[in-house]
Amino acid sequence: MTARTSGGVRFGIVVFPGSNCEYDTMHALGTFPEAEPYYLWHKDHDLRAPDVVILPGGFSYGDYLRTGAIARFSPLMREVAAFSDAGGLVMGICNGFQILTEAHMLHGAMLRNRGLKFVCRAQHLRVERTDTPFTRSLRVGDVVQIPVNHNEGAWTAGAESLQEIEDRRLVVFRYCDAQGNVTDDANPNGAVDNVAGLVNEGGNVLGLMPHPERVCESVVGGAGGRGLFDSLLEHVLEVR
Amino acid sequence: MPELYAELGLTAGEYEKIKEIQGRVPTHVELAVYSLMWSEHCGYKHSRAYLRRFPVDGERVLQGPGENAGIVDIGGGLAVAMKVESHNHPSAVEPYQGAATGVGGILRDIFAMGARPICNLDSLRFGEIAPSPAHRADSPAVGGGRQAEGGAPGAPAGAPYDRQRYLFEHVVAGIGGYGNCMGVPTVGGEVYFEDAYSGNCLVNAMTVGLVRHENIVRSKAAGVGNHVVLFGSKTGRDGIGGASVLASQEFDEKLEEKRPSVQVGDPFTEKKLLEVCLELLQSGRFVALQDLGAAGITSSSSEMAAKGGVGIDFHTDRVPLREADMEPWEIMISESQERMLAIVTPADQPEVAAACERWDLDCTVVGEVTNTGHLRVFHHGEMVGDMPADALADAPLCVVELERPDHEVDSPVDAASYPPPDAPLAEIMLDLLAAPDIASRRWIWEQYDHQVQLNTVILPGGDAALLRLKETGGALAVCTDGNGRHTYLDPYRGGKAAVAEAARNVSCVGAEPIAVTNCLNFGNPEKGPISSQLSRAIEGMAEACEAFGVPVISGNVSLYNESFGQAIYPTPVVGMLGLSDDVEARCGVAFGDAGDVVLLLGDAPPALDGSEYQKRWFGCVEGRIPDVDLEAEVLLQGVVRKAIVDGMLRSAHDCSDGGLAVALAESCLSGGIGARVDLDPAAGGSGRHDLVLFGEAPTRVVVSVAPAVSGAFQKLCEGAGVPSAVLGTVGGEALRMAVGWEQIELPLAAMRDAYDNGLERALEVR
Repeated sequence: MTARTSGGVRFGIVVFPGSNCEYDTMHALGTFPEAEPYYLWHKDHDLRAPDVVILPGGFSYGDYLRTGAIARFSPLMREVAAFSDAGGLVMGICNGFQILTEAHMLHGAMLRNRGLKFVCRAQHLRVERTDTPFTRSLRVGDVVQIPVNHNEGAWTAGAESLQEIEDRRLVVFRYCDAQGNVTDDANPNGAVDNVAGLVNEGGNVLGLMPHPERVCESVVGGAGGRGLFDSLLEHVLEVR
Repeated sequence: MPELYAELGLTAGEYEKIKEIQGRVPTHVELAVYSLMWSEHCGYKHSRAYLRRFPVDGERVLQGPGENAGIVDIGGGLAVAMKVESHNHPSAVEPYQGAATGVGGILRDIFAMGARPICNLDSLRFGEIAPSPAHRADSPAVGGGRQAEGGAPGAPAGAPYDRQRYLFEHVVAGIGGYGNCMGVPTVGGEVYFEDAYSGNCLVNAMTVGLVRHENIVRSKAAGVGNHVVLFGSKTGRDGIGGASVLASQEFDEKLEEKRPSVQVGDPFTEKKLLEVCLELLQSGRFVALQDLGAAGITSSSSEMAAKGGVGIDFHTDRVPLREADMEPWEIMISESQERMLAIVTPADQPEVAAACERWDLDCTVVGEVTNTGHLRVFHHGEMVGDMPADALADAPLCVVELERPDHEVDSPVDAASYPPPDAPLAEIMLDLLAAPDIASRRWIWEQYDHQVQLNTVILPGGDAALLRLKETGGALAVCTDGNGRHTYLDPYRGGKAAVAEAARNVSCVGAEPIAVTNCLNFGNPEKGPISSQLSRAIEGMAEACEAFGVPVISGNVSLYNESFGQAIYPTPVVGMLGLSDDVEARCGVAFGDAGDVVLLLGDAPPALDGSEYQKRWFGCVEGRIPDVDLEAEVLLQGVVRKAIVDGMLRSAHDCSDGGLAVALAESCLSGGIGARVDLDPAAGGSGRHDLVLFGEAPTRVVVSVAPAVSGAFQKLCEGAGVPSAVLGTVGGEALRMAVGWEQIELPLAAMRDAYDNGLERALEVR
């Protein structure tokens, strides 16, 4: 793996069979002039020098067996793990988050939504941390609106994990209401502690259930997702 | 084999005709193939004669009816493919899988034309899921017409609503389960709950796809010596005679036994199938492409051959199977899902195989194109069937003598003969806002991914969904409409009204109607009154299409929607496509700023006949619905579109179910702001306040404009000959309506509680 020192910021979007948000992620990144997005096929063995790897939303392998459970064995996931071990930036959105938990690259596991129904709706999130490459352009306590769209988004973890997550401040986003109150009513899926997104200990791997790529243009629902991509671009360009 | 043909649903006359065509006694395989191709579902034998009435030509039409889907040009080298199709019978037997495979089937129809599906819509009908106020012991329900009450004729006693709730919830889950996984947003549709559907729910799925002109592919086989390639899933015994057989007969007490004949969906395989098809179309690897739907290999191969005027030799032993011991006739008629048939040149075959391999899909050469004009079926080299393809694709017509149904009357009800409402008007209003036919559909569409692909500008819940076109900066508007109650009272007027309302909905978001697809859901066409409903509904729809200059580019017919001899309401469902040049020139239903002027366009007098109010509060469906004045309708929609393009309108909302009061409430709720209106200008001469509020009429739109442009807007209306009346102004925390001497005041919070929770509460009420 060689880090790039010039040119656009390279986003490698991993396509699994059954992914369905890879085009949207590509399109959304296309609205950022500094971004240079490209697709990666899950059977590949080379990440092609990315600055950021994105595992997009969808239903990899039809969500069969367990959501994300089969995709984690795709050949390219070995490279993704090596990339993140070396400090590379990885963001898993929705199904990507599910894959990251199955791959043990993030804490916890996903259960079916409480209510046992698929849920697609606008959602408020409270920003819990801004000292990550994914959120540095946001402010702690900011409320951003990013839609959720999933059937298995009730993130959960064992007591030990929860303690560690708490101690290390790994939670980056929590479901909240429009005023930023983290309440049970504002929780769309029953996730423990309203966790909507969290990072690993190194802070270089983020998983989140909401879809920031869906809110990068005002004509289709707002710009609430731009902050995440702005943060990543800022970070990559700064550390170069 | 006389027993076999009857068992397969063929008549003695048809059997004789088959013998004549074949020149001998048909083989088992041949008889199975004929029986399916000549079923109502595949052969349209009761409906074809009437369907010819539809206007199908237009300068935008690139493909009319007769293909997997119709296609219209939308400029910029782009075209839209669309179609709506029913999966009623399978959904009544197994709702989740029935609905899911309905969505899967219509998606394949669209990508079989080379188009990428960009959205789904679903038009649903079930029996009642909760009681109406008219069911109270002391209600003033009037007699006559069709009584609205829970429970199907012949259904088991007790808990009449549980079965309907089960069907509804599982159909919604099935639609979401398939569409969400496919990455195709479900952006619209409708649902109604009527007793008449308690034995036969309706599940009509519509898909719209986008294709560049040069990538359009058709199903016409060509090129003697070319390969016939089957790819996608393996073939199993699931769905043998599923859609085609179920959809060509009435239901009786043997319903449960039919469960195994419903297909099982695998959206993951379909997603791979979609991607591989579009990838191969991009590189021009298909001579022809066809999805496998009802009647499986049988219909796809014979239709491909018949369209191309060629023959196909098909080798059943080469088909990858789920169960090794399947008979040739079973392989020919299996309705296993997620399969496609393509004609591929020998030179392109390796590329097609390699792409399927990459996506982990089976891909097998199962036959070749011949010059025989026959579909010939071989099993391990032995010919087990040999039929002329054009004879299969040309089912004999059945002509039934038309009879007017007994319940139809020539005049509307006399509203004065109805008892006065036995509740305060505000209470009736809150009941209507919470009615399952009217309440917010959020509970449904939050279970659907309605945003994926990043085009959804106007979400479900508006008059029509609006999708931006990333390629051109324009937009597509789509909706489905169809009112079974109205069509039951007058099939001709109901058919006309369905097209008019669909066009109105598309116009209200700022788009011009350019094409129609339709699904005709009716009872058993062998009965004179049913065929009469069918032919007159088509006449009304056709006249309306002609008035708007909008061609019918595709469609589907679902007959035999009867249980225990009881037919559904005749239900034509219209899918309308609208086109707008500029996505920014759009309009929604929400009221905007305090002080904006509220106007009603159109002056058709409100009627009780077939209204939601009549059904819920008087417990009947009777009378005759008003006829749509098509000339007035065309003018009104033109004004609405012009005003939207010119940026004059703050909001526009079609006035339909629940009448003017409900339309006003919906604009208030959507905007989060109240209004103060005087409804006397909309009374249409009626002295009944309830009729003014809740009566229904076509060709009416509630709009709001900024005070500064109100004058100019009224001039525009006047110049165009469109009646407009100022009702009042936007503002406040309540909807305040004055009608005659009465004042009705409904706080936003109370209306929101009723409207937002109505559907969910109806599912829970005991």
